Amino acid sequence: MTSSAPPLHNQQAYFQGSTMSFRYARSLLLATITLTLLGCQKSSTTDQGASGELVVRIGASAPLTGPQAQVGKDNENGTRMAIDDANAKGIVIGGRKVHFELISEDDQADPKTATIVAQKLVDNKVSGVIGHLNSGTSIPAAKIYSDNGIPQISPSATAVAYTAQGFKTVFRVMANDAQQGRVLGEYATKNLAAKKIAVIDDRTAYGQGLADEFIKAAQANGAQIVAHEYTNDKAMDFTAVLTVVKGKQPDLLFYAGMVPQAGPMAKQLKALALNLKFMTGDGGYTPEFIKLASDAAEGAYASLPGVTLDKMPRGKEFEKRFVAKYQEIQLYAPYCYDAVNVMIAAMQNAGSEDPAKYLPALAAISYDGVTAKIQFDEKGDLKGGAITIYQVQHGKWQPLETLGAITPAAH
Amino acid sequence: MEILLQQIINGLVQGSVYALVALGYTMVYGILGLINFAHGEVVMIGAMLALSALTALLGLGVPPLLALPLSLGLAMTGCMALGYSIERIAYRPLRHAPRLAPLITAIGVSIVLQNLAMMIWGREYHSFPQLITNSPHNFGGAIINDIQIIVFVMALAIMAALMVVVHRTRLGRAMRAVAENQHAAQLMGVDINRVISITFMLGSALAAVAGLMVSANYGLAHYYMGFLLGLKAFTAAVLGGIGNLRGAMLGGLLLGLIESLGAGYIGDITGGFLGSNYQDVFAFFVLITVLVFRPSGLLGERLAERA
Repeated sequence: MTSSAPPLHNQQAYFQGSTMSFRYARSLLLATITLTLLGCQKSSTTDQGASGELVVRIGASAPLTGPQAQVGKDNENGTRMAIDDANAKGIVIGGRKVHFELISEDDQADPKTATIVAQKLVDNKVSGVIGHLNSGTSIPAAKIYSDNGIPQISPSATAVAYTAQGFKTVFRVMANDAQQGRVLGEYATKNLAAKKIAVIDDRTAYGQGLADEFIKAAQANGAQIVAHEYTNDKAMDFTAVLTVVKGKQPDLLFYAGMVPQAGPMAKQLKALALNLKFMTGDGGYTPEFIKLASDAAEGAYASLPGVTLDKMPRGKEFEKRFVAKYQEIQLYAPYCYDAVNVMIAAMQNAGSEDPAKYLPALAAISYDGVTAKIQFDEKGDLKGGAITIYQVQHGKWQPLETLGAITPAAH
Repeated sequence: MEILLQQIINGLVQGSVYALVALGYTMVYGILGLINFAHGEVVMIGAMLALSALTALLGLGVPPLLALPLSLGLAMTGCMALGYSIERIAYRPLRHAPRLAPLITAIGVSIVLQNLAMMIWGREYHSFPQLITNSPHNFGGAIINDIQIIVFVMALAIMAALMVVVHRTRLGRAMRAVAENQHAAQLMGVDINRVISITFMLGSALAAVAGLMVSANYGLAHYYMGFLLGLKAFTAAVLGGIGNLRGAMLGGLLLGLIESLGAGYIGDITGGFLGSNYQDVFAFFVLITVLVFRPSGLLGERLAERA
């Protein structure tokens, strides 16, 4: 933003202005950081609770501001509900009664902010981290958690790269994009008989990775990728790239990105009179998509790792309680709920909240969650991992089919 | 051919919104030499106010064609009050401070407004009720719909009206006088505080219109929508020559065109080496090139012509 320095009318003033701008820029930066830290400093209580019970801190991070704030808040709600449940139940770890404390941070869906947040959680001595929401933030944060030996369970980062960095502390409770992209690509070509496919991705670690996997699968099944265009995770106007897509006359458009873009994109498709099938990944599967795209949402496809909640033994019950408390499940709240419970179960199995002690128990866990039976492979990925394809029918997401290499033994 | 035409239409519609917002930046800069970074947030507040008013009015059973101008009027009034307060509280006390102090305040105001909006309207996206039958027209193979036509025509009309105000009225003369030399203008009997307040209110009213247009066009409003829009409009103002009204209009339309043509053709031109992910890079590349050869923008600011 240096171009913002007003043009001054003599040399001396110019130089003065320029040195000042450095000084001010620095203090501005410092002030911003201080404010951010202050703003997030919710609580720093002692490790000893009131009645001598052990206080265990669990960190969580998601975008709580910015375009994805709503899905981010949904993650926080899911996490908080699990922690409230655990506190209400009165969990005992290694013979001591435990009070869990949530430290929730805002990473703004920004990779740079995510590393600051990660360091902050580490400094706050959390025993484990639920997060981050996005792949782009989970990947760089993972190194910081790994360096400090803190287990990290992402409820929703699906990029393959997240668990491919070789860290022992990294886990996720959702199928990855290699699985999801493949299922979507196969569904588009086999079930929807798409021959010419256009792809738009948002250039985030998630969008890029999902698009690549989707393209691989679609091409392997004989479809032609006629266009691969890009946008970003803050954009609102897609008419230019959609016009390019229109010129290539595809019969299906796949968008790899999150709902704030997917919704308006579907709407603009209709406004440009493009008649094609619209498909997106888990990032678009929210009630918000239907609200944003209004009547253009009808017929759109999306996927979500896992089977539908009502097929899971505890899914319906979770949904009922969550809706009673927070109105509506946006997207990943059930996965956050599972992530927390898996972490607590591992602590109970190991009899300790010490990251070094419960980490092996976490890697070996077998837990019946509300979204899936959770077991991790050696990389920290979810074993099995079904993917369900949904379609908007009469203004509501309806499950069409559950696919996946291995369907989990969902009781 | 129809693809090119479609890209030009896309660019002009997008560009006219940029231009309208850019006017707010350029008017304030012309008069105060201040970049009002909170302007993008005023656009957002305008959209939110209009949306809330609209929802309330429709809920009361007011017919849509009456509710729309009413809520626009309400949003404009609200934004004018907001613009006045921003200037009064955040900028006026710093008018004689070093130039960077009000710039930092501006960023602060922007953050405050954004968070305030998040607290009032929540984190969710608000969908804009469809009031006008948004039927697409076929125009030489390209598609344009009613809202886009209204956005474009209204933006042009408002810009023309603003030119008349600045160049043909007593108030406009006072604005130009303050822009040229505050002290001299004061000595000549111009109430500069009043002129500056009115400038902020005018700019904010334009922002409210732009906010309503954006949310009607995209069908949504969100507390974060002002940020990127503000940044783009600021770029447009610099491109055209900040401080110059005609420059802001030209810069806005040009930036819209560069973006859509850039996204549309950069892949073909470079043989697929660069794709539409370079859309923004392309826009800023043009900006830098222009600034290298014309450091004060396309319609370079001459002091006497400011505002």
